[in-house]
Amino acid sequence: MSVRETILQTVEGSPGREFIIDSDIHPEPYSPQSFRERLPARWREHCETYGDPQRGPYAALTGYPRYIPRTSRRDAWPSNGGLPGSDLELMREQHLDRHGVALGVLEPLGQGSWTRNLELMGAVCSALNEWQLEDFVAHEPRLKASIVVPMEDAPAAVAEIRKHADNRDFVQVQMNSLSEEPFGRRKYWPIYEEAVSHGLPVGIHVGGSTGARTGGGWPSYYNEEHYSLVNSTQAHLTSLVLEGVFEHFPALKVILIEGGIAWTPALSTRLDRLWSRLGSEVPHCRKPPSEYVKANVFFSTQPMEEPENPEDLLQIFADIGWNNILYASDYPHWDYDDPEYAFKAPLSVEQKRKIMFDNALSVYRLD
Amino acid sequence: MVQSERRLKRGRQGEFVSKHVVARVEDIGPGERRVVTVRNRPIVIFNLDGEFFGLLNRCPHQAASLSQGIQAGFAIAEVPGTERCIRRGEFIRCPWHGWEYDIRTGQSWCDPESILVRRFKVERVPGSELVKGPFVAETVEVSTDEEYIYVEA
Repeated sequence: MSVRETILQTVEGSPGREFIIDSDIHPEPYSPQSFRERLPARWREHCETYGDPQRGPYAALTGYPRYIPRTSRRDAWPSNGGLPGSDLELMREQHLDRHGVALGVLEPLGQGSWTRNLELMGAVCSALNEWQLEDFVAHEPRLKASIVVPMEDAPAAVAEIRKHADNRDFVQVQMNSLSEEPFGRRKYWPIYEEAVSHGLPVGIHVGGSTGARTGGGWPSYYNEEHYSLVNSTQAHLTSLVLEGVFEHFPALKVILIEGGIAWTPALSTRLDRLWSRLGSEVPHCRKPPSEYVKANVFFSTQPMEEPENPEDLLQIFADIGWNNILYASDYPHWDYDDPEYAFKAPLSVEQKRKIMFDNALSVYRLD
Repeated sequence: MVQSERRLKRGRQGEFVSKHVVARVEDIGPGERRVVTVRNRPIVIFNLDGEFFGLLNRCPHQAASLSQGIQAGFAIAEVPGTERCIRRGEFIRCPWHGWEYDIRTGQSWCDPESILVRRFKVERVPGSELVKGPFVAETVEVSTDEEYIYVEA
């Protein structure tokens, strides 16, 4: 039975119960040390000798200290001493069971493409992929994994996708937004080609350690960094469209995760206006940019916008496209969005069903 | 043990309230807090230097349990470089999104006009007074020579 059929069977088996699909759950190891044990000896020794060069908010060091430990809800620390997101029992209690999560997509963060050392990047991504299966998916079939790829090393990324492509426990490829180049650049195209050939969407989650935070220099505060992650998402969306990625890979589905959503209609409109005047600079872009965004790009909701007038949200959603929005919780992080309370606007049953369930069912590889 | 006596009176919003003994004063030390359930409502009781306050244990934003947060004060600065901390420990910070509420009033720090956590009246009372009623002491053993905390809810 396909993953999709299993999900639908669960839903049909509990009439009257509401189910949701969550596009952003962060698994963590019991401890950073316990994960390092999974690396080949060559890389364990490297990290012990030189220190772990992966830098980010979930690693030991960050340029922007969070106001809250491990960037996590204070109530998400398991009693067994592990990190938030490491304990399946607590994840079930606080999120999966509590909210009827029929499918939760795992998004490992903080390691992998968070170092400039390409060999280490590849080794950590490989370990992350095995670890998701062994520690999470094998024990909790509602959770599905992401193929985390060493995104700055396309041949290695392609090999990693190929290694897991036939395993239906993986439902997408995952990259992170702080990259060496904008994602429309050719060096990343082999990743898209491989993903498309297996029907896998590509999720781009905000974060990373290698890239510049903003186009205007390095900011001072976490307040600034949290917002600046939106900038990286905007840069990638623009690049993917204008470099012709969606023209070349019309079947490619990209999911932008945790980068906010309210800005996207304004960006699309602006790109359309430029394209209508200066389209000859990008002749490979044969349609208005907004059409590629509508056809190929999906946005996860968390952190949900909270306009002063909650009903403004309905217009924002309509402008983005009701079919292009996927619910995300970000469990167990501090800016978690509770599916019952995150949407302050009055959604119709149909609108809610699209965001909470139906859209995700057609975006992820669930066959 | 006093008899449970449920003489209801009207609260601030016209609803019926009664006085519920929830703990001995010494059970919740200065700076500590405890969650109690009164008439099916989770209420977190705070001790700020011997004064007791009660808030509904539910953030109005996304319903997280406030009792899982930390108590903090505020760093303020009139101009850059003049930071100082005020009212240390007098705010409860939601364990999720960090919304802060004044433990004394339930009002949010960011938007005190429109966002507040429901506040419950919490008082100390000597055991000798308790026996006179009207109090509901369903979960606490009461003796006349100790001091107790009651919640109006």
